[in-house]
Amino acid sequence: MNHIKNVEAQQGVSAIRTNISLRHLDLSSLRDYGIAFSFVLLFLLLSFSSPVFLTKGNLLNIVDQSALIGVIAAGGTLVMIAGGLDISTAAIFSFVGVVNASVALRYGVIPGMITGICAGMILGAFNGFLVTVGRINAIIATLATSILFRGIALALTKGFLIYNPDPAFAVLGRGSVGSVQFTCFFFACAIAILWFILSRTTFGRYIYATGGNAEAAKLSGVRTKLVTFITFIISGFTCSIAGLIMSSRVATGQADSGQGMEISAIAAIVIGGTSIAGGEGSAWRTAIGVLLLTLIGNGFNLLDWPATLQQAFRGLIILIAVAIDAWSRKRAQ
Amino acid sequence: MTEVEVKSPVHLEVRNISKRFGATQALADVSITFERGRIHGLIGENGAGKSTLGKIICGVYQPDKGQIFVAGRAVRYLQPRDAMRDKITIISQELMLQPYRSVAENVFLGIEHRAIVSKQETRKRFVELAKNTKFDIPADARVGTLSVAVQQQVAILRSLARNTRLIVMDEPTAPLTSDEAEKLFENIRRLRELDITIIYISHFLNEVLNICETVSVLRDGQLIHTSPTSCESPDTLVSAMLGRQFALTFPERVFPRKDAPVVFSVEGLSQPPKIVDISLEIREGEILGLVGFVGSGRTEIVRAIFGADHHCAGIFKLDGKPIKIRNPHEAIAQGIAMLPESRAKQGLLLQRSIIENLTLPHLEAVSRAGIILGNKERQEVSKMMHRLDVRASHLETPVRTLSGGNQQKVLFGKWLLVKPRLLLADEPTRGIDVGSKRAIYNLISSLAKEGMAVLLISSEHEEVLELAHRILVIRDSRVVAEFAGGTTTMDAVLPECFSTSAGGDERKNRI
Repeated sequence: MNHIKNVEAQQGVSAIRTNISLRHLDLSSLRDYGIAFSFVLLFLLLSFSSPVFLTKGNLLNIVDQSALIGVIAAGGTLVMIAGGLDISTAAIFSFVGVVNASVALRYGVIPGMITGICAGMILGAFNGFLVTVGRINAIIATLATSILFRGIALALTKGFLIYNPDPAFAVLGRGSVGSVQFTCFFFACAIAILWFILSRTTFGRYIYATGGNAEAAKLSGVRTKLVTFITFIISGFTCSIAGLIMSSRVATGQADSGQGMEISAIAAIVIGGTSIAGGEGSAWRTAIGVLLLTLIGNGFNLLDWPATLQQAFRGLIILIAVAIDAWSRKRAQ
Repeated sequence: MTEVEVKSPVHLEVRNISKRFGATQALADVSITFERGRIHGLIGENGAGKSTLGKIICGVYQPDKGQIFVAGRAVRYLQPRDAMRDKITIISQELMLQPYRSVAENVFLGIEHRAIVSKQETRKRFVELAKNTKFDIPADARVGTLSVAVQQQVAILRSLARNTRLIVMDEPTAPLTSDEAEKLFENIRRLRELDITIIYISHFLNEVLNICETVSVLRDGQLIHTSPTSCESPDTLVSAMLGRQFALTFPERVFPRKDAPVVFSVEGLSQPPKIVDISLEIREGEILGLVGFVGSGRTEIVRAIFGADHHCAGIFKLDGKPIKIRNPHEAIAQGIAMLPESRAKQGLLLQRSIIENLTLPHLEAVSRAGIILGNKERQEVSKMMHRLDVRASHLETPVRTLSGGNQQKVLFGKWLLVKPRLLLADEPTRGIDVGSKRAIYNLISSLAKEGMAVLLISSEHEEVLELAHRILVIRDSRVVAEFAGGTTTMDAVLPECFSTSAGGDERKNRI
């Protein structure tokens, strides 16, 4: 008798479960593949409505335009999956540009790059230190350091542009293999390395664990603070790569360059579907998120839509992405 | 509410209430009548369903089946606010106060008279309320600076400010010292003078016998009986709470050899007030059980051994050699594993796959130079899944979608991929079905047979009694008694666990 009751009850429960998982499926699969779907849709739409869109030149142009944000977002993705957020990316980016241009002026191109990368990683380490040892909320800490880093860069340059006319200095940013810009390779490499770290390495697993459930990760022996610390250093590294490219391209180090890039990078990551709460995300998401943002701008240009609407449209897209993330999270609980 | 209803002697009635959480039947067909102006105790072991019933009454949970009547009127609460409208509130262990605001502000939060709050006005209202109810708390003190006991009074006052007629108190003495508990009892009696109905949830027998007029005993989600406390004694309550539980078969107990070496020992482990001078040792193949109620300090001891919490004193020895454990990473490196008490919060990454969860603590075993060897990982995990009989469609399945029993097996698997020397198992069978429980008993027993040292904690005391080779009773952060496994009964062990706040301190010096 008791047994029968049990079976009935269990059936009841499994019925409820399927129900829940069905409802859950809608939103989370939207988050999973909705972004890929929108990307393809927009891509097809533009292919049909503009004769220029599918040309090699335009497509390479899109990748080139995405590259800087893409490289920054690759590092930012690791930070975000580990449960943090780096708002100081654009500040590190311009700081490194200034360091690169001025060191290169005095000691040559290669020392400029090395110093620039070291500077970026040190700033990233400083962020990581504040968040882990200092236990300051990541958003607040990097908000403060972004102002600090820009301030230091401004003080170092006394507000002037650091112009470097050396042709060798411009190779990194302007060079190309055939018609493919160097920047496209950097973008591709950054995403490939991101993919490798996340899906093939123990460190990637630790990143997911730290962001997904820090307590469980800690009790599984993951040194969560160390993981967080390293993600910030990596973010500093990717920002400095982007900073080197940019300063080389415009042959200038500039303390106030890249304003707003940090927001674009975060937006791209989130649009891709990487969870702002941490613990979920992947490399292809970030790649698509970055490309989608560029595609919107490209489409506005090609279709001759009013550029004044572009920003509002982007904002709307970001809002939808974040809302889907929040709602699917709530359902999952 | 009309006058007639107010005078009805029955304040609240629950009729045929059932509630299920996943695989656990928290309440099954429970019917109780609560009389107006009485203190009605709900008693039972951990997991008996008493808190669930309390939360249903105040609208925190909704029953799957059954009805609630307030003064004869059928009600259905979708949220606590609905119950509040009927003047029913709960005071749970988490008091939900605003620590940075003053006492008076907390008391009137949400029921201010106007949108623009005047300090004087709030203060005046507070003084009046305090006078009427005879609670003496400084109006301007910041709540965060007060002791837990006083904070509890603030929570009670907050209920009274809303003209509450029925208060559910969920384990109110758990965080209190015995003096503070005494004070609470006085306050509860004062509430009764105000003709307020109290539903008092506790597992402390003496408290319930002292303060309540009626008591209902719950066991495994079922109501055993309701009777006046004058007809009950600690013995009758204990036997009702424990009853004859449904027959769980336990594996045969194989005691470790008499000369089995000590695998792990700790001496003078302390982190007051949670852990006070704990010394214990575990031999090869031995299952050492820790028995004690939630809050007794048993979980804290295990967490300190694993390095999850800080300890200020204590010497650890593994295989006779002194070792240092400052964090879980070091503990794991020494061959210590811990199954934490909360599977979802501390054990698993729910949205990640089985494979990722299973290899997390020992990724070095399935990787080279930080790069994961995919095939090797899959093989190892498949083997473990097979060994533990985890039922899942594939290895990439998110752990969230598994049943509680299968989740728990994954949690075990995490720690068996590389065999530990010492396994700390905190509530290894919480919230899982009977079949999975049996599988886990067999697993623990066979691991011990293979020579692993196991430290076992469970709120289901029967498990510890049936599985452990030796049992330590933890109460008030200390070891208060030791029993040999196999010869001990529940009747001998349970009295050692009881009492903190109400009489029973005389037993303290027993060991």
